[in-house]
Amino acid sequence: MKVLVPVKRVIDYNVKVRVKADGSGVDLANVKMSMNPFDEIAVEEAIRLKEAGKADEIVVVSIGVKQAQETLRTALAMGADRAILVVAADDVHQDIEPLAVAKILAKVVEEEQPGLVLAGKQAIDNDMNATGQMLSALLGWSQATFASKIDIEGDHALVTREVDGGLQTIKVKMPAVVTVDLRLNEPRYASLPNIMKAKKKPLDEKTAADYGVDLTPRLEVVKTDEPPARAAGIIVGSVDELVEKLKEAGAV
Amino acid sequence: MAPEPFSDEVRMIRDTARAFVDRVIRPNVDDWEEAGRFPRELYLKAGAAGLLGIGYPEELGGSGGGVFHKLAWIEELMRAGSGGLAASLGSLDIGLPPLVKFGSDELKREIVPRVLAGEKIYALAITEPGGGSDVANLKTRAERVTVGNREYYRINGAKTFITSGCRADFYTVAVRTGGEGHAGISLIVVPREAEGFSSGPPLKKMGWWASDTAELFFDDCLVPAENLIGEESRGFPMITSNFQMERLTLAVMANVTSEMALEAAINHARDRRAFGSALTGHQTIRHKLADMGTLLEASRALTHACATRMEAGEMIFKEISMAKNFATDACDRITYDAVQIFGGMGYMRESVVERLYRDARILSIGGGTREIMNEIIAKQMGL
Repeated sequence: MKVLVPVKRVIDYNVKVRVKADGSGVDLANVKMSMNPFDEIAVEEAIRLKEAGKADEIVVVSIGVKQAQETLRTALAMGADRAILVVAADDVHQDIEPLAVAKILAKVVEEEQPGLVLAGKQAIDNDMNATGQMLSALLGWSQATFASKIDIEGDHALVTREVDGGLQTIKVKMPAVVTVDLRLNEPRYASLPNIMKAKKKPLDEKTAADYGVDLTPRLEVVKTDEPPARAAGIIVGSVDELVEKLKEAGAV
Repeated sequence: MAPEPFSDEVRMIRDTARAFVDRVIRPNVDDWEEAGRFPRELYLKAGAAGLLGIGYPEELGGSGGGVFHKLAWIEELMRAGSGGLAASLGSLDIGLPPLVKFGSDELKREIVPRVLAGEKIYALAITEPGGGSDVANLKTRAERVTVGNREYYRINGAKTFITSGCRADFYTVAVRTGGEGHAGISLIVVPREAEGFSSGPPLKKMGWWASDTAELFFDDCLVPAENLIGEESRGFPMITSNFQMERLTLAVMANVTSEMALEAAINHARDRRAFGSALTGHQTIRHKLADMGTLLEASRALTHACATRMEAGEMIFKEISMAKNFATDACDRITYDAVQIFGGMGYMRESVVERLYRDARILSIGGGTREIMNEIIAKQMGL
């Protein structure tokens, strides 16, 4: 089985995000970018499936600016077999909306014919949580979102999902789109020999035009604001005082 | 600053090194510093990630890569905040190079892959109780003897301040096989289990607490003659052949120590209030921080320039000595000022700047003292 893993290049989770002066978005100029952490979990899961003999090829795909090839190289160094870069933006600030991404991915799926698409549940930049679901709708495939455990059994997958109040296990027919949650696994760091090998793995470069997908945004960003600054706290002298203050604040 | 060569590989190595440090080292580093040691398994873990093998040939189990690959690892490792851990985990990088460059294939194949895998610990032993910088006058003697029908070297003498001295499995030991001066020096690989070899307890140090530093004793120590690295009495140039890389490493260690001290000082100065404003509102502190930042920037630029020239294969004895002195001077100044900005809190062990200040002190002593560096610089200037 071939597994396709879409990976997105996003602002690194350690970077303190700053809003651009004109409020049009987040400043990404000269900021450290990394693979979306949920996508890293998806790559790791695909590698584990391969190590368990349940997958035989892992293809990673990224859609965005040309520099997203760095993200793909990281996935190759982790253990993916080959990569497809779809250049769809010149400027790192130009966001591609989930629907356009899903449409491109649907075309990639058509070409690659994977048995499974493993995707992050959302990207940490815009937190849309939509691409995987849209892709499954476009393909007419089953979907399982927020996976914390995945078992492939023949032509079905058993997926444990984190839902409010507990865990839910569903059985979906393959091929399927599965989006992964935080607790599915802890992604490995690429070992040095694999980093050195990654540069020899194939990386195909395409453009959005190759897939004939319209990238025109459907959404308009009206304004981007910094989160409100946290108000200063107070130091209380005793547990009694703490309880009193909490009562005053209506917290207990 | 000029972009690093091999930037994509270097970026990935940095990411791996950072993840390794965050997951495996950082959560324990304060305990290890206080305990004066770290678990041996750390070598295995670093070896499994291929981090110990950076800069070593693949046919010996190395990861390949050059100067910038190595520096990415050293920088991230240093950011764990323990110079001692970095020194002990990295002791292979001063011990192995002579063996890899000049040793017999048999000796290399037997030892190097296990060291790079982290299964065995490797150290370098040159300094003696009677002298450090004056390498050409070392006193430990090795004599070629026949025991049964095998050839051995019989070693007598002592070494001190040996990083990884307490638990290294192999040592590159500098011994005198010939007459006086540098022409009589050889390098021999001594395994820990060699008859007549022993090491002392960990030495108590000002800094680098997590590092096991010890004395070594050779008491009619017998080592097979095949353990000689290269030819007899040709050891001195083998020792000096790794000096550039060692000095670059120390410059980088100093720069990262400075960087961490500066970051801590800035954070503290932003939070700490005195006389009605944050410390950063006081010119005396603002300007001190500005000076610290300037020194660090200059030091990084000089170090980076040296690294670039070394990667290109240049021999730069003068400049690398300058870079080491500049970086360690800057580090002394910056860690001193960081403690000053922290005030009483900077004198407390719970402050990172307290450790950085202590750890900084060795950097202008080890790997060639400040004075030896200046002698090299003066000579290279034709004086």
